[in-house]
Amino acid sequence: MARNNRPVSQRQTWWLLAAALSAFLPLSTLLSPWLVMSATATMLLRGWMTWRQWRLPPRWLLVLLTIAATAGVIAEYRTMFGRLPGISLLSAFLALKLLELRGARDAMAVVLLCYFLVLTQFMFTQSIATAFMACVTVLITTATLAAATDDRPAPQLLLRRAGVLLLQGLPFMLLLFILFPRVQGPLWGLPQDRITASSGLSDSMAPGSIARLSQSDTIAFRVQFEGAPPPQHMLYWRGPVMPAFDGRSWRVSRTSAQRTVPPFRVTGTSQNYEVTLEPLGKSWIFALDYPDKLPPESAYTEDLQLLSRQPIRTRFRYSMSAFPDTSVGADETASMLTESLQLPSGGNPRTREVAAKWREKYGDNTEAIVTEAELFFLRQLLSYTLNPPLLSEDVIDGFLFESKRGFCEHFASAFAFALRAAGVPARIVAGYQGGEVNPVDGYLTVRQYDAHAWTEVWLKDRGWVRFDPTAISAPRRIADNFAAAAPENDALPFLARNNMAWLREVRNRMEAATNVWNQWVLGYTPQRQREFLQGLGFKSPDWQEMTATLAALCGVVLLALTAWILYQRKSVDPAFRQWLKFTQRLGKRGVQWHVWEDPLVFADRAAKALPTHAEPIREIAGAYARLRYAAPTHASDHGTPLAHLRARITAFRP
Amino acid sequence: MSAATFRSRMHARATLLSAAAGTAGWRQRLHLRFVRWALRVRSPEPSPIILSQRRVYTLPTRGGIAFAVSIVVILLGAMNYNLNLGYALVFLLAGMGMATILHTFRNLVQLSLRPGRVEPVFVGETAHFEVVLDNQRNEQRPNLRLWLFGDDDIDAVELDIAPTANGVAVMSVPATRRGWLRLPAVTIETTWPLGLIRAWSYAAPDMRCLVYPAPAVSAPPLPYGGEAAHGATRDGSGRDDFSGLRDHQLADPPRHVAWKAVARQDNGPLLTKLFTGASAQRIWLDWDALPTGFDVEQCLAILARWMLDAEAAGLSWGLRMPNYRLDPDMGKEQLATGLRILALFGTPDQISAVVGSNGTQ
Repeated sequence: MARNNRPVSQRQTWWLLAAALSAFLPLSTLLSPWLVMSATATMLLRGWMTWRQWRLPPRWLLVLLTIAATAGVIAEYRTMFGRLPGISLLSAFLALKLLELRGARDAMAVVLLCYFLVLTQFMFTQSIATAFMACVTVLITTATLAAATDDRPAPQLLLRRAGVLLLQGLPFMLLLFILFPRVQGPLWGLPQDRITASSGLSDSMAPGSIARLSQSDTIAFRVQFEGAPPPQHMLYWRGPVMPAFDGRSWRVSRTSAQRTVPPFRVTGTSQNYEVTLEPLGKSWIFALDYPDKLPPESAYTEDLQLLSRQPIRTRFRYSMSAFPDTSVGADETASMLTESLQLPSGGNPRTREVAAKWREKYGDNTEAIVTEAELFFLRQLLSYTLNPPLLSEDVIDGFLFESKRGFCEHFASAFAFALRAAGVPARIVAGYQGGEVNPVDGYLTVRQYDAHAWTEVWLKDRGWVRFDPTAISAPRRIADNFAAAAPENDALPFLARNNMAWLREVRNRMEAATNVWNQWVLGYTPQRQREFLQGLGFKSPDWQEMTATLAALCGVVLLALTAWILYQRKSVDPAFRQWLKFTQRLGKRGVQWHVWEDPLVFADRAAKALPTHAEPIREIAGAYARLRYAAPTHASDHGTPLAHLRARITAFRP
Repeated sequence: MSAATFRSRMHARATLLSAAAGTAGWRQRLHLRFVRWALRVRSPEPSPIILSQRRVYTLPTRGGIAFAVSIVVILLGAMNYNLNLGYALVFLLAGMGMATILHTFRNLVQLSLRPGRVEPVFVGETAHFEVVLDNQRNEQRPNLRLWLFGDDDIDAVELDIAPTANGVAVMSVPATRRGWLRLPAVTIETTWPLGLIRAWSYAAPDMRCLVYPAPAVSAPPLPYGGEAAHGATRDGSGRDDFSGLRDHQLADPPRHVAWKAVARQDNGPLLTKLFTGASAQRIWLDWDALPTGFDVEQCLAILARWMLDAEAAGLSWGLRMPNYRLDPDMGKEQLATGLRILALFGTPDQISAVVGSNGTQ
């Protein structure tokens, strides 16, 4: 139909340009520079064309440009599918569509594209700032939609109109957000590039791999303890367990079997806590030693790693209990113990020599050997530093006897190596140690720079026991935090040290806000939805119940809005309102006033019918007629004419 | 209006009629049936016509459907990538869509329509019906579109109505036949504020336009002679020779007021110039005296032409029809009465119309 495809006016073009820019700009950091430049140039060109009122380019040129843009995207990403190629294509189409604004249909296409581009932003970041930016984009785009129907109002009026509409949509949004039955994605499989880079611990540990993390203050996970948090030196967040050693780096075992229940019995007191793990793209679920139950969709390996079945790509929340007094692995399998004794055939002769002496001296008394090893580490006067010197061959000898400077991986690696050389089963455990309580919301925040490595030693009758060789040389690393243990002149992440109190305060507040956002907005998963609705009194919220409640509540909101919208204040002329009052009184005495009747004619009729009141009737009708039809008069000594009329009518009792 | 658009309108009307006859596609038939149902109130409707909520319909526009489809696509994206902000976006847009339904509906509902002025036209001209739209609400009602039922909405009338004010929509209908031309049903529509939802209603205000017969292009000369030779008007006064002044009476033609004489006096009464004239001509336009060989419509066309010519020539003219006799006179009212008699000649309204015309019209 013709009315659906009116030409786009100049004002509408400006609006569409603004919407396209507001949708495109937040994405520009993600896209490749050539695309950003050419899309921006296209929009600027479109602005210039609008300003000079040039004619739009011919269709064949647009087709050529579209093909060129598509080819460029394919050349860049080698595919058309996936997040970035998709967004690149959409952005290119948006810019080109602006050159093809022939009718209202094209304008609608631009608006819908803008809405869609808002979604694509969220694939990369869903922070509070992003949400704010998205609100701005949605507001401008909605105002553009309003301008497509009526472009005459001033921009601020259109923005206001769009704002009012969005605000009225807000109750629906809240209801839908809370009650809309959630589906755990993906629906058709996540493209491979969903997480482009993963950060944090990996499945192997070489000298320097954990020191690299110490430069990052990115949050790894947050923990909320039930009751007071345990002391700092108890906070060993267990991650990858690495029994395999190749002379330089430690690796996780590939063959370890998986179980769905912990292979031990918990004893002693427990501590409950809830972890919100950031999407690190790895499978390790970090927990304190030792849990009694596993989170859903996870498994325990034989060497006591807690693994999620899928790499964790969305923020993952799980509740755990820790039983620190549990002893594990007293009846460890022989194969596992053998694996925990394996060493490469050569290398690090000096350490092996020292270990052989311990073995000679104490024989099978493994506990004595461990004590001896601890004493040895103490005597070597090793120092803890973020910038250990690079060691080439025989890294353990180099660390223990020459440089004597290292980060936690050097300590752990050397300790485990020495024990293995002395015939004591030992392995490396990586994870995080400590954390910092945010005073604003009480959450313990564990950052990447809290990454740590320690050793586990198998002792007869006691099983696997944790020894942290770093604590021997740098007790403050464990008791306090890593910044306290690091030397003064080592480079640390900004705000890692306890200086700049006010900035830390600001950061604490921002992180607490982000945490609320993460917990309740981003972390509103199907599971959280279930918990929340159970808290609201739903017995077992299934999708039928949720849909029914949703429909009912949406109906209520709709009714409220309808009532508000249809309620119209009748603006009746005040003089006429008085006149109606007057005629009603006369109507009760049997003299009906007809809407079409002249007041004076009616007064004549009424005066004849009620001769006793003839005089006031005529006076009131005259006053009313003067008020309605005569030129405005000034206030007399009776007050304003209206007040006079009101007084007369109030006093009139036929 | 150009001839082309005129023809296209005629075409539109013809298709409507054929649609009514059942030869059109099912969509059109369905539409017609819907409109007939929607206009189930007795037509013409008593005014004012208030568009109550029961007669305002809302459906999404094509843009609205596209919007809904996009929302679903965004929702699927949000589900697949587990984007809670994506959900929030979808739900916000959906909520806004709900709100806009109400706004669009509200823009139309409780609007009241009443007939305005309609000036008579000649056949072949366009009749302009003024439909007055009253907005009793304290807010503006922007972007209302009105068009005639069966007409293409390309040439819809668009208007905004200010708070507690009224607006006039001039509906143009080509006048093709003499007599009363009734205003067809009017479709009134709005897609404000976002163009996603269309609210519309039908109304059939009680309005008709008098269509005079088209004056003949070539007509026989005015029938001078006959009584004109006698010269005198019935009161003996003509318009040629000034004979004196008397007090002005309401019925005197304004052009006979002695303005100079009035201007000389201060606040004096209006005076009317009197004329006598043997030459004050009057002619009779006589149906029976028309040349033979013309059909009724051609006769009416000739009479209409004569009336206009006589009026232009400043003659006093009378009309003798088979059913009515109009005494000779001149001026606007005489012309209007004469043309009205011609317009309604032979139609069911003719007698009453002529009787009614003795007064003001």
